[in-house]
Amino acid sequence: MNTKTIVAPITAAPRNRLRLSLDRFGLPLVFILLCVAMAFSSEYFMTWRNWMDILRQTSINGILAVGMTYVILTKGIDLSVGSILAFAGLCSAMVATQGYGLLAAVSAGMFAGAMLGVVNGFMVANLSIPPFVATLGMLSIARGMTFILNDGSPITDLPDAYLALGIGKIGPIGVPIIIFAVVALIFWMVLRYTTYGRYVYAVGGNEKSARTSGIGVRKVMFSVYVVSGLLAGLAGVVLSARTTSALPQAGVSYELDAIAAVVIGGTSLSGGTGSIVGTLFGALLIGVINNGLNLLGVSSYYQQVAKGLIIVFAVLIDVWRKKKR
Amino acid sequence: MATPLLLQAEHVAKAYAGVPALRDGRLSLRAGSVHALCGGNGAGKSTFLSILMGITARDAGSILLNGAPVQFNRPSEALAAGIAMITQELEPIPCMTVAENIWLGREPRFAGCIVDSKTLKRRTRELLEGLEFDVDPTSPMHRLSVAQIQLVEIAKAFSHDCQVMIMDEPTSAIGEREADTLFKAIRRLTARGAGIVYVSHRLSELAQIADDYSIFRDGAFVESGRMADIDRNHLVRGIVGQELTRIDHKAGRECTATPCLQVDNLSRNGEFQDISLQLRQGEILGIYGLMGSGRSEFLNCIYGLTKADSGSVTLHGKPLPIGLPKASINAGMSLVTEDRKDSGLVLTGSIVSNIALSAYKRLSTWSLISARKETRLAEDMVKRLHIKTSSLDLPVASMSGGNQQKVVLAKCLSTQPVCLLCDEPTRGIDEGAKQEIYHLLDQFVRAGGAAIVVSSEAPELLHLSDRIAVFKGGRLVTVSSDTHLSQEALLSLAS
Repeated sequence: MNTKTIVAPITAAPRNRLRLSLDRFGLPLVFILLCVAMAFSSEYFMTWRNWMDILRQTSINGILAVGMTYVILTKGIDLSVGSILAFAGLCSAMVATQGYGLLAAVSAGMFAGAMLGVVNGFMVANLSIPPFVATLGMLSIARGMTFILNDGSPITDLPDAYLALGIGKIGPIGVPIIIFAVVALIFWMVLRYTTYGRYVYAVGGNEKSARTSGIGVRKVMFSVYVVSGLLAGLAGVVLSARTTSALPQAGVSYELDAIAAVVIGGTSLSGGTGSIVGTLFGALLIGVINNGLNLLGVSSYYQQVAKGLIIVFAVLIDVWRKKKR
Repeated sequence: MATPLLLQAEHVAKAYAGVPALRDGRLSLRAGSVHALCGGNGAGKSTFLSILMGITARDAGSILLNGAPVQFNRPSEALAAGIAMITQELEPIPCMTVAENIWLGREPRFAGCIVDSKTLKRRTRELLEGLEFDVDPTSPMHRLSVAQIQLVEIAKAFSHDCQVMIMDEPTSAIGEREADTLFKAIRRLTARGAGIVYVSHRLSELAQIADDYSIFRDGAFVESGRMADIDRNHLVRGIVGQELTRIDHKAGRECTATPCLQVDNLSRNGEFQDISLQLRQGEILGIYGLMGSGRSEFLNCIYGLTKADSGSVTLHGKPLPIGLPKASINAGMSLVTEDRKDSGLVLTGSIVSNIALSAYKRLSTWSLISARKETRLAEDMVKRLHIKTSSLDLPVASMSGGNQQKVVLAKCLSTQPVCLLCDEPTRGIDEGAKQEIYHLLDQFVRAGGAAIVVSSEAPELLHLSDRIAVFKGGRLVTVSSDTHLSQEALLSLAS
């Protein structure tokens, strides 16, 4: 080809780089601006205690959102995480009150979550039921099973070691925050540095190409629901410890906040693009909004409206940005 | 000039984010003529055409339709003025029928709101029969092959009563027999006084159908004239900007007697029957066939994308499991699929992640990817295949067709295959990129590989392959090692 055709893309490169960096840092920027605005509105906002509160409240939604990111990257959706969370919380609390050790209790919760994830994965990957429908079914099934499990009553009187998972501290930092951080780190690394991570992106980006390239598309699809279920199970354990009792009605509509965090974080519902880092900021943004509105004394009715508006606007900005290309 | 000018465009320009895509677009279309618009990928043809259609707004320049200046802000305005377009990208609504797709938005109705499906079907049947297209009006779009979808797209353009028709690569997805039917339809249209702007990378086709030509290069008009006054070399020179030496890729190529791929009695219901083939090491085997001859289906089946009903595939003496692309890749086989956007690339992914997609097993230890190995592989491939890009991390969606096709090829070569299957490896890419891909395939077999190339372009196969297998109606008609066959002889074997 002619040399001139080669010149054009190179001159375009600095622009591309600018755009790429805006894509990557746009959300953190919004997040920082929000924090600065809050710091001026309330002097309590920038205190250590308040930030620990924000992070602790974000941790449950954050853990769910990490799993949700995997699912949405493959063009799927998991509506059942709130119900799985409640079911797993009850399972682990039951094991804990029976006097088995902490490890057994936590394992039981995570195992229960993962098993429901396996059912989701089987429905989506092997029976080809659309993810929305399959997990909508599981939302109801898991919730029902939670009520059946202990006849609709909560489980209280949890042992102290168990409660430490929710209200304990290691040094100055709450245990749920640490669990959340470890989960985010592990699943960020898996997505970024392993072959499995690349396959998740490829399956969501183009299922046919992934198959032609020798990737086990069904296996990948199946696995993301297990990941999501497993993390929902873990979140259930932490939540029951934090609220000092496992409630069968826990986690209702938590899936919506998790999806919101993922979408605000820039992961596309049409699959193939997004990241755990984005999701972290998405979850933190929701946490700061909740906290900020509380500090400003906005009533919880208005809070819901405000949160909804912010979610829609965050995605609208994303849509505009993509249109400009 | 005796014949009036239908459409006249001058100094049309358009820039995206400061980067000019089109600097000086010009075109003078005479009534009753076919005007070939030529240029390589990135020459600005597509931008120019989308400006004509009102899809993109121009920054500068003038467009006259029948002598009066026009400014279209959306395609519907262009359509209303009598300009229709067949686009390169196919955009059917999959679950609606052929008839519904063709008349979308202008269905015949009762009382303004109820669709008159009887008239709809009748009109579609008349339209398709008039064009001699073999497509069922009541069949849903998702049941059609790529070629049939292309025919429907063409029929849709013909259904508008237009005076100017723009055809952007109308034959890229269809075979030669369908192309001939299309040419007949084009001649009927020009006889009525309509003008046609015709874009195609198949130069032999242009000589056959076009009256005039214009060449664009690097976003600007270069020259125009009568097709009859110039030859193919002149055209190629104008498009590429320099003399393009046509190398005889086959010269001195020697295939060994060692069989590489052995296919025995392979059948798949409704697609192809009882096909036995042998591919030897060091050779390129061409497969020629018309639309619906089962050639692509055969290739997909060997590779394992679909399951054969009976028969076997053996690679280097080892039988391949049926229906497992992963096993085929591990055994040393790789497939360049027919449609790069649909099944070749992950468009949301970067160049490097696309190139490495099939090779991660080799690039990782304990499933941890080595970024160093990954980057080195991608850099090697970019160098080896002359892929033009400023960064490996750019999304493949931003690349031109020719470069995207090279990325697909790079992905396939990354698995270090011994047997390469290529389905229409040069579809919709320009002459320069085509030659590069021929060269790559040739190098690949000379280095001890073997390749099957499926193509609907007879000259391409005659140029490239050592032997040509002809498919017809799902069966293997003949395997000819006489590559001095004429194009006509091939066509008559296939139809």
